[in-house]
Amino acid sequence: MSAWGAAAVQAVLVAAVAPLLIGFMRAVRARLEGRAGGRLVQPWRDLRKQLRKESIIPADAGVFFTAAPVVLLATSVLVAAAAPYLSTRGPLPGVADLIVVVGLLLLGAVALALAGLDTGTAFGGMGASREMTIAALVEPTLLLSVFALSTRSGSTDLGAIVAAGAADTAGAFTPASALAAAALAIATLAEAGRLPVDNPATHLELTMVHEAMVLEYSGRDLALVEWAAAMRLTILLGLLANLFIPWGVATSLHPLAIAVAVVVFVAKLAVLGGLLAAGEVFAAKLRLFRIPELLAGSFVLGLLAVITSAVLA
Amino acid sequence: MNQVGSALSLAFGLAGVGALAGLVAPARWRSLAAGAAIAAVGAAGAAAGFAVVSGTGWQVSLPDLLPLAGVSLSADALAGWFLLLIGGVAAVVGVYTVGYAGRSGHGPASRAALAVLPVFVAAMLLVPVAASVSTFLLAWELMAVTSLLLVLGEHRHSPAVRTAGLWYAAMTQAGFVAVLLGLVWLAAAAGGESFAVIRAAGPGLSPVVAGGVFLLCVAGFASKAGAVPLHPWLPRAHAEAPSHVSALMSAAMVKLGVYGIVRVGFDLLGGGPRWWWLLLGGLGAVSALYGILQAAVATDLKRLLAFSTSENVGLILLGLAAAGLWADAGQPAVAGVALAAALLHAANHAGFKTLLFCGAGSVLRATGTRDLDVLGGLSRRMPATTLLFTVGALGAAALPPGNGFVSEWLLLQALLHRAPAAGTVITVAAPVAVAVVALTAGIGVAAYVKALGTGFLARPRSTAAASAVESPPSMLAGMGLAAVVCAGLAVAPAVSAPALDRIATGLNAGTAPLAGGGVDVRLSGIASTISPLWIAVGVVGLAVGYAAAARALGRTRRRAAAWDCGDGPLTPRMEYTATSFAEPLQRVFDNVLAPEQDVDVTHPAESAYLVRAVQYRRRLPDRVEARLYRPLIAAADTVGRAARLLATGSVHRYLAYMLGALVAVLVAGVIR
Repeated sequence: MSAWGAAAVQAVLVAAVAPLLIGFMRAVRARLEGRAGGRLVQPWRDLRKQLRKESIIPADAGVFFTAAPVVLLATSVLVAAAAPYLSTRGPLPGVADLIVVVGLLLLGAVALALAGLDTGTAFGGMGASREMTIAALVEPTLLLSVFALSTRSGSTDLGAIVAAGAADTAGAFTPASALAAAALAIATLAEAGRLPVDNPATHLELTMVHEAMVLEYSGRDLALVEWAAAMRLTILLGLLANLFIPWGVATSLHPLAIAVAVVVFVAKLAVLGGLLAAGEVFAAKLRLFRIPELLAGSFVLGLLAVITSAVLA
Repeated sequence: MNQVGSALSLAFGLAGVGALAGLVAPARWRSLAAGAAIAAVGAAGAAAGFAVVSGTGWQVSLPDLLPLAGVSLSADALAGWFLLLIGGVAAVVGVYTVGYAGRSGHGPASRAALAVLPVFVAAMLLVPVAASVSTFLLAWELMAVTSLLLVLGEHRHSPAVRTAGLWYAAMTQAGFVAVLLGLVWLAAAAGGESFAVIRAAGPGLSPVVAGGVFLLCVAGFASKAGAVPLHPWLPRAHAEAPSHVSALMSAAMVKLGVYGIVRVGFDLLGGGPRWWWLLLGGLGAVSALYGILQAAVATDLKRLLAFSTSENVGLILLGLAAAGLWADAGQPAVAGVALAAALLHAANHAGFKTLLFCGAGSVLRATGTRDLDVLGGLSRRMPATTLLFTVGALGAAALPPGNGFVSEWLLLQALLHRAPAAGTVITVAAPVAVAVVALTAGIGVAAYVKALGTGFLARPRSTAAASAVESPPSMLAGMGLAAVVCAGLAVAPAVSAPALDRIATGLNAGTAPLAGGGVDVRLSGIASTISPLWIAVGVVGLAVGYAAAARALGRTRRRAAAWDCGDGPLTPRMEYTATSFAEPLQRVFDNVLAPEQDVDVTHPAESAYLVRAVQYRRRLPDRVEARLYRPLIAAADTVGRAARLLATGSVHRYLAYMLGALVAVLVAGVIR
């Protein structure tokens, strides 16, 4: 299988699995709360329904509003194709760089924030303002985790980091990497808009962040936004999984290795998604102005990770 | 005289012609003549710079041009890089000036303002090719004086321009004094004033002299570069100057401060001990963070851009500091990468800041205001300007696939490098610097989302914004050129690799810091790669591909009223403004920004329990200015008033002073 073929498989897999992951997390949450919950494929059915419906856009919205879902989806698909989810030998090492991936995900968030402002409603502006504040404060944690991770392979190339971890599994479980994993996990919650930073299930004015930005989307556009948001969660959880539990990732492009990697990837996602959903049952959303404290905590974890890796190296 | 000499002579000659044309041309043709001259001067300067960075050396000595010292000029690769940068900015701004300073622009500029403009550009081109202390100082002062005249261009319209001019004049002259003292001390210690003599003597200077010269020069150059805490002139001058002048100052002139630090620190002194670079890095980190925080809470579009200049200068200084530190730690390859990051960021900043200041000028021309709180809705009325501003903002926010992203990536790579042998200080300083760059980038994104989102999108929040019209073609053409340069730098930064190699080799900071063809950028000594072209192709290709597919398949969208909670139509007053957008960030960084808030509640006469009106005011003063400069100004004022007591007008008293001074001099002579 060529590297491009593997990348295409990855992108299709992430796109296909993302709504299922959301469905699975909802099911876990419903079961823990004593509800019956929906089916696993319910998010896919919702997407199909929305894709068939007409899009209605606000009277004053401009081109930024209609372009944002497409940009968001493009960044998500690009990351899904380039990052090492199945194989460490991607076709685009110059895109599968941790800093580039962070930048691409931020670009998607910026596109949505601009769309929120473009609606001209108070909700849109509110969501955009909050999203950008959180994104700004998450950035130091993200890059410090990058710093801690890059020491292992001497490079920010994701493929090299994951390959180094897969080759030396003992070296992947150090105090430094545990600290970095904790820091990156908190940053992931903030980036993906999960509890306790943002509640994806709320439509309450006081607490909305992501939902406030996308409030005016409907039909096909809404489907794209929701799909891309699910892909972002999958992308981030997948990165977390492969960076800190680097088992089962193919280091060659052999079809069998890729097939094994697909199974392992889905299993890792299910475990992480299940843990996240179970954790969310017990977590309440933080007040907006308490979030900086949480992110400062994750920043300290990241700094400790870097210094630990320097001291223990 | 080779092609460099010819191009530079052409540039200086054209500047003279342009100045004359600005003076004598009739009002109708004035902006066209001056703008064309500036564009031509810039193009000639850029051509000279291109020849120099491609490997053509040049030097000339004109001993008869000035008494005593004469003029001596030479161009190495470092000078060529800045010639190219300044020339490029001037060429673009020249095209823009034709429209902006003309009748269809922001009101016709005065005769003097247009005559000085080409001289200013020529002075900026002269600074990097100066090859002796006296020539350098002369060019520097010419640049400072002409830029001051240009800042004062609209002094009749607003008193704020005069205040800005005063701040700029005081700070630029204070900076000049620092540079003058530093370079004269250096020349005295080296035994000659030509850069060649100083360069040869540089490594042999005593640490006290070298350190003192470095401190003085950094103080002077950093004040020109607008680094915090030497920045208070910058947000005022950039905001109040005519927009084409702001673009020239922010994109080009500020970079000469960076040039000065590189020239003195790396070239003339030949690098230095660790404390120099830690100090410079501290200055850069403070500039980057404070600058971007102020930008994030600014509501004046040009003030926002000005503070963002401080931020970007901070990042450039961080890159230079990393280069110095890695060179000192015996890692020349990584030092080369850090230097390349700083220089490339200087070029990228020049590209997007030209575009953004020109965009701000177009907004000012169309609406008469720079206040983001009352703008909005320009994307419908000025689609081309909005698109061009978006390109600039993408670069300035350092998001892929913008041009700022590549240089920030390089900077991060240089900071992420691990060398345990380099010592504890670097081991701790590097992650802190990474965190600073990351936080700066994050807040920068918020600041530019605010500038674009509240300034250009949604509905107009004032009648001025509602009646905006698109700019004339020459302004759009100037901005379009800048956007093309930004796009080129964004997708193919590797084309600068040979030039950066020459600069790094010339400064003994490794060889070939950047390698790779048009697609990938590879680094020397660091294993990471980036493919700016693939990132751009990936994002744009996937987005356009999907949009095209959706258009071919799907139905059109229907417009309807936005959700108004069922309570009447939404008005523009309900929109988020720049102030409200930045409110959460301002609250998070309350301790740094220290906003001043007053709430006045007025009660009706009959009862103190009822409320008639609530008035809320908030100001975000520049804290450094309030805490550092206000006391200084007050102290200078007090000393000045006290000194007036010495001069009462009595002739006897003055004679006594003279006698006292004479005696003191004689006593000093005898004791010695």
